[in-house]
Amino acid sequence: MSSPPAAPVVFDHADGVVEVVGLSKSFGPVQAVSDLTFTVEPGRVTGFLGPNGAGKTTTLRMLLGLATPDAGTATIGGRPYADRSQPARHIGAALEASSFHPGRTARDHLRVYAPQIGVGDARCDEVLATVGLSEAANRRTGGFSMGMRQRLALATTLLGDPQVLLLDEPANGLDPEGIAWLRHFLRYLAAQGRTVLVSSHMLSEVEQTVEDVVIIARGRLVHKSSLAQLAALARPAVRISSPDGPGLAALVTEQGWGPIAHFDTPTSAVIVDRECPAVGEVAFARGLPLHELAPAGTSLEALFLQLTADPGAPAVPGGPSVGGPPAGGPTTGGPTAPTVPGVTQ
Amino acid sequence: MTAALRTELRKISTTRTWWLTALVFFGYMIVMGVIMAFSLVMGMREAEESGGVSSGTGGFGEAVLDQMAIATSVYTLAVALGYIFPAILGALSVTGEFRHQTITPTLLAEPRRSVVLGAKLVAVVPFAIVVALAGVAGTVLGGAGTLLAMGEPTLLGDSAVQRTVALSVVALVLWALVGVGFGSVLTNQVAAIVVLLAFTQFVEPLLRILLAQFDVTESLSKFLPGAAGEAIAGSSLYVSTGLADLLPSWQGALTLLGYAVVLVLIGRFTTFRRDIG
Repeated sequence: MSSPPAAPVVFDHADGVVEVVGLSKSFGPVQAVSDLTFTVEPGRVTGFLGPNGAGKTTTLRMLLGLATPDAGTATIGGRPYADRSQPARHIGAALEASSFHPGRTARDHLRVYAPQIGVGDARCDEVLATVGLSEAANRRTGGFSMGMRQRLALATTLLGDPQVLLLDEPANGLDPEGIAWLRHFLRYLAAQGRTVLVSSHMLSEVEQTVEDVVIIARGRLVHKSSLAQLAALARPAVRISSPDGPGLAALVTEQGWGPIAHFDTPTSAVIVDRECPAVGEVAFARGLPLHELAPAGTSLEALFLQLTADPGAPAVPGGPSVGGPPAGGPTTGGPTAPTVPGVTQ
Repeated sequence: MTAALRTELRKISTTRTWWLTALVFFGYMIVMGVIMAFSLVMGMREAEESGGVSSGTGGFGEAVLDQMAIATSVYTLAVALGYIFPAILGALSVTGEFRHQTITPTLLAEPRRSVVLGAKLVAVVPFAIVVALAGVAGTVLGGAGTLLAMGEPTLLGDSAVQRTVALSVVALVLWALVGVGFGSVLTNQVAAIVVLLAFTQFVEPLLRILLAQFDVTESLSKFLPGAAGEAIAGSSLYVSTGLADLLPSWQGALTLLGYAVVLVLIGRFTTFRRDIG
């Protein structure tokens, strides 16, 4: 992989399909995964998203034969992971970025697994070069930064040159440069026809990397589509309020905003699919006094938070409450909308 | 299995644990060899001055041994006092995987868990041999050196003594297998080391003294793991001082191997059957 492949790699499509059907797993009273079903297609980077504790890692562990499901099946290329001999030549997986003996050097860490995975020692230096760790090959991993650990974990998954990659939070701890590098690298692997599944608890972290999304919350599937389809659910909107209620209502009717606007009170409305400048200019032209003019649309991240919000939790982001955006919430788009237009989950 | 074995061999060879264990064992045994040889010879001389040599009577402190008993007692110190070293080496080969979460990549590379555990048992042997040789060498070096300095015969030319020294290496290697089994049952590294230390340094010696007090339980003490290890070597301080009887050498080996097998099986059907992570 350090040298560009001369001929395009050809992978069998069926061998690359990750399939989870009716998967359930509980730990004592905690239902970690409930009747989860989804498919991951080869040739695309798929984001496996959900808040912490949603069941992502548990699902990956069941896919990798590390945990036994209570019900359902989890297969890769139509077979359970543990049924393969030398599975790491077909599937590369990284679950924790800290699965290293601190006293081992980076190269030795890879050399340890090379015989079992079924590759030679030369491959260890290749993957170290691929992830940019050649310089640190002879350093003990105990002194590695989080970003270096992530790179070494990725190098470990690449040892067997696998067709399928399952990466748990691979961007965690990477600097912006590292994230950009990872993005390009994963897309490059997917473009070769490989299956790339990347879990994350933040949509924004993988937004520019993934083409498909599988979103789970509390162990259940809440959304599955392409990222473009998900993005289509996020629409701009403007919150407007005026002391002149009848004037506001007249303006909304006159501008044809009616079908896509709704009134919270007689003096305030949310106008969907419009931006603040356009609405503000029309109001100014009509001489309508405004007390409020603010973006109220749903950003992709707000939509994600809304999809994965716990209905039992008090502060639902994007719910019909006042108050600012949640911590770690949208970086653009300002306050969130009272409702998500077009989404009825 | 060959691939799994190569992986497990590399796991041990790429960390410092094995040679640090050997080094510490070596140093500790030199010191113990010197101390024990010196005090046993002094005990013998005092007894000679007060008339007559007796052997195998009295408590630990008042034991008076002849030259042969002194030599074998000193040369088997690595087994009697130092078997914790190979046991910890073996235990760490399993507990280290859980402590550093490397059990995940290990089982991803080889999902057949029996193969992983089997490879660990085999892979620890060559390193256990190095550790055992270091400990026994330390004992012999410290013990024989002291005997020489005090003008006593080392008896290293005696074939019975040589056999005892060689068999103590075997006993220590078996201890490493017991360690692997123990580590697979108790995967918490700190707990495993603490329990191993407590059992080998305190619980078993105490049990042996207590069990020896009653006729009913006396024979049981021979089957304690430490006693089984000493039985392989065929001698020990405990025996020379009249504190315990030992099994024949081969029965000792089978007993210790039995502990290893039982522990590994328990580990296989508990730790290595459960979900990982």
